[in-house]
Amino acid sequence: MIRLNINGQVRDVDVPADMPLLWVLRDELNMTGTKFGCGQALCGACTVHVDGVPTRSCQLPASAAADAKITTIEGIQGKAAQAVQKAWADLDVVQCGYCQSGQIMAATALIAENPNPSDADIEAAMDGNVCRCATYVRIKAAVKQAATLART
Amino acid sequence: MKNLPQILRAAAADVVEAAPSRRSFLKGAAGAGGALVIGAVVPLGAMAARPAPSLVGPPDPRPNVFVRVAPDSSVTVLVKHLDKGQGIMTGLTTIVAEELDADWAQMRGEFAPADSKLYANHAFGMQGTGGSTAVFNSWDELRMAGAAARAMLVDAAAAEWKVPASEITVAKGVISHAKSGKSGPFGPFAAAAAKLPVPASVKLKDKAQYSLIGNETLHRLDHISKTNGTAIFAMDIRRPGQVTAVLARAPRFGATVKSVDDKAARAIHGVLEVLSLPIGVAVVAKNTWTAIKGREALNITWDDSQAEKRGTDQMLADYRELAKKPGAVATAKGDTAAAIKGAAKVIEAEYSFPYLAHAPMEPLNAVVELTEDGGAEFWAGSQFQGVEQRVAAGILGTTPDKIKINTVWAGGSFGRRATPTADYMAETVIIAKALAAKGKKAPVHLVWTREDDIKGGRYRPLVLHKLRAGLDAKGNIVGWEQRIVTQSFMAGTGFEAVAIKNGVDNSATEGVADLAYKVPNLAVDMHIAKSPVTTLWWRSVGHTHTAYAKEAFIDELAAAAGKDAVAYRLGLLEEHPRLRGVLKLAADKAGWGKPLAAGPAGTKRGRGVAVHESFSTYVAHVAEVTIKADGKVKVDRVVVAVDCGIAVNPNVIKAQIEGGTGWGIGHALRDAITLTDGIVDQANFDTFEPLRYADMPAVEVHIVDSAERPTGVGEPGVPGAAPAVANAIAAAGGKRLYDLPFSKAGIV
Repeated sequence: MIRLNINGQVRDVDVPADMPLLWVLRDELNMTGTKFGCGQALCGACTVHVDGVPTRSCQLPASAAADAKITTIEGIQGKAAQAVQKAWADLDVVQCGYCQSGQIMAATALIAENPNPSDADIEAAMDGNVCRCATYVRIKAAVKQAATLART
Repeated sequence: MKNLPQILRAAAADVVEAAPSRRSFLKGAAGAGGALVIGAVVPLGAMAARPAPSLVGPPDPRPNVFVRVAPDSSVTVLVKHLDKGQGIMTGLTTIVAEELDADWAQMRGEFAPADSKLYANHAFGMQGTGGSTAVFNSWDELRMAGAAARAMLVDAAAAEWKVPASEITVAKGVISHAKSGKSGPFGPFAAAAAKLPVPASVKLKDKAQYSLIGNETLHRLDHISKTNGTAIFAMDIRRPGQVTAVLARAPRFGATVKSVDDKAARAIHGVLEVLSLPIGVAVVAKNTWTAIKGREALNITWDDSQAEKRGTDQMLADYRELAKKPGAVATAKGDTAAAIKGAAKVIEAEYSFPYLAHAPMEPLNAVVELTEDGGAEFWAGSQFQGVEQRVAAGILGTTPDKIKINTVWAGGSFGRRATPTADYMAETVIIAKALAAKGKKAPVHLVWTREDDIKGGRYRPLVLHKLRAGLDAKGNIVGWEQRIVTQSFMAGTGFEAVAIKNGVDNSATEGVADLAYKVPNLAVDMHIAKSPVTTLWWRSVGHTHTAYAKEAFIDELAAAAGKDAVAYRLGLLEEHPRLRGVLKLAADKAGWGKPLAAGPAGTKRGRGVAVHESFSTYVAHVAEVTIKADGKVKVDRVVVAVDCGIAVNPNVIKAQIEGGTGWGIGHALRDAITLTDGIVDQANFDTFEPLRYADMPAVEVHIVDSAERPTGVGEPGVPGAAPAVANAIAAAGGKRLYDLPFSKAGIV
């Protein structure tokens, strides 16, 4: 049994210690907002926050997250997150939408750490988040808009 | 399952018959709960046919349903096309809302059930999405449905208020009668409206009256649910008792299972069953992780006797051998050989294009439950419902009407989810059937991993183009000769009869067999190469390679003629005003002819152009690139002009052109699926590298103001993007690029 703290709630799960957090969320806890894209930490679709740090849940064994505060797209809160989600909606960033949970988790962490990110900052922080629809132009604009919103 | 190939072939053959040329009609029916439901069918005939909009003829008895007005005044449009990111749920809902004079806030979208009798794509004759046909094919019926629903609501209000219907107005979801001062929302009139006869004809709006169509401020219907994790994809479906399956497929295309040692797999806690099937070995487990672990523990011996054992280098060498001989004739105008022989200058070029995976962000997957009546119920990002119902019915020995498909949001497709054989959905139901036969009947979720996807075939084919053109002393083209060698993904499927004529697969020659540039002598032919490697349409189909070969080559001809690349093209497009229109617009907006701002010391900059028609949409790209001091290329900006007729949803159109441009450039930069001894070399996003942030140029989209019938935008943003970049690289003093991807030339 592994005890996890997800979105402020304690959840006990009976899974093998090496089962990645991604599959615990999706298959055991039915929290499907966090997506499976590559399974190898190459696309960022599975990004969650572990103690506030954007982390690829597909490569994080559940047992390794036992003492951490885990935040998923379902539980994301606060000024930065709200600003990001609002900017995403205002600019109609999404196309297929499958990568966007991960993009939003990455962008929220970026803005929380860097209130005024440049294009280069965005590229550096989010290069690991793939969007096959290539919504990158709008994501960059949305991150900047969200940063402005979060500062005010 | 011995007859599986026959089932698959027959299924597609049945459904590709062109829609009957019936006259158009409207049909309304009363729905449950006092809702008004209304639908219309306007067959457009065979693919590419473009009849003028009309509304005549007798009503059809089928209860065809597109619009529901609920008592709470919400209006739901039943969308028969899969939304895989292209925004079609938003686009089609906009069309209905416009004619209904609804308020955008009251509009909802819902995927229609699978039923080709009600929801056929009139370009295909069956329910399915593809070929950028959705807006084009729904334009008439959804406007009529919206207008008919409006008329019925007005009639209901007129009866209730005892006023003439002609005095009633509707605006932003409010029905009003000025004289009496009465007004109200749709909901209270929905039940009464549903009981009224469907109008025999309706008057549709003129473009000048539109307030929602063409309105850039409308948000996508999915703009919230896809930013908070609540949008449901097939990957997220969880049915009671659901089990997860992964399938071990042969590493070599065309191989089959010889023997399986599954002891270690079965020993894993949570592995429920291992099934050796004609399609591979399925591991069924209580969750995805365990299924994947179980598959890793399998020890399978494959029979490679019928498998592809060549590498892609050898396959391309074989293509070059084939290209030495004349192929099946696609186009023969004039005497091209003689014209080129007599030319002042002859230019030759050969272009090669690799296999490419679609790699949608959501890996292929579907959930199926076998039902008590011998049928099945699917949850899937279903793109070819018409084929999938028939294939699943064939597998289960039942009829297509017993196959229910719940279509859900799809995490991308780019062509991958639409196959002539139902592919992953067939796999899912085969596994569910085999599991049930073991006494373990359960809802089955088949999940492809990313490695399954990258290695799993259905690629954009490997393609070779050989071109030769003659110029006269003034630089005019006197003859154009083009030979294409590629596999056909139509051959051997139910689509073969439609797509292949006299040895020419028109999905491989589109864009050049009908060359827009005016040349007096034109010869296009092709060879269909054979391989067990499976191939498929890939976002913009034949145009993915024909546009590149054509636009890179014409650029080279312009340079050889000493002419400006835009002026040269314009001179050859006198008969194509819409191509000229986008070319001029893109060139103008990009500042063509004015010098580019210089880059940092040691860098070189250049601007390149491409113009192409695909799926009846016209697009021109102007790309700006920088060649850095180390010789590496950065695409800085792309200016795109698009003419897709009436712009239903400009915001969505721009998004599709931005994304299509990124798609075209991303794959041209560094993507290829290669084989060594028949085994795919790539496995995941480290070796099949997607376009990432740093690669994405700024994209500026300009839409031509048009009153023409709207056409699709999901694909047309792709074809011109890569050749515009290649031409820009050449303009900057870089090498012309003949072999894709560009990384082969060491510039990426």
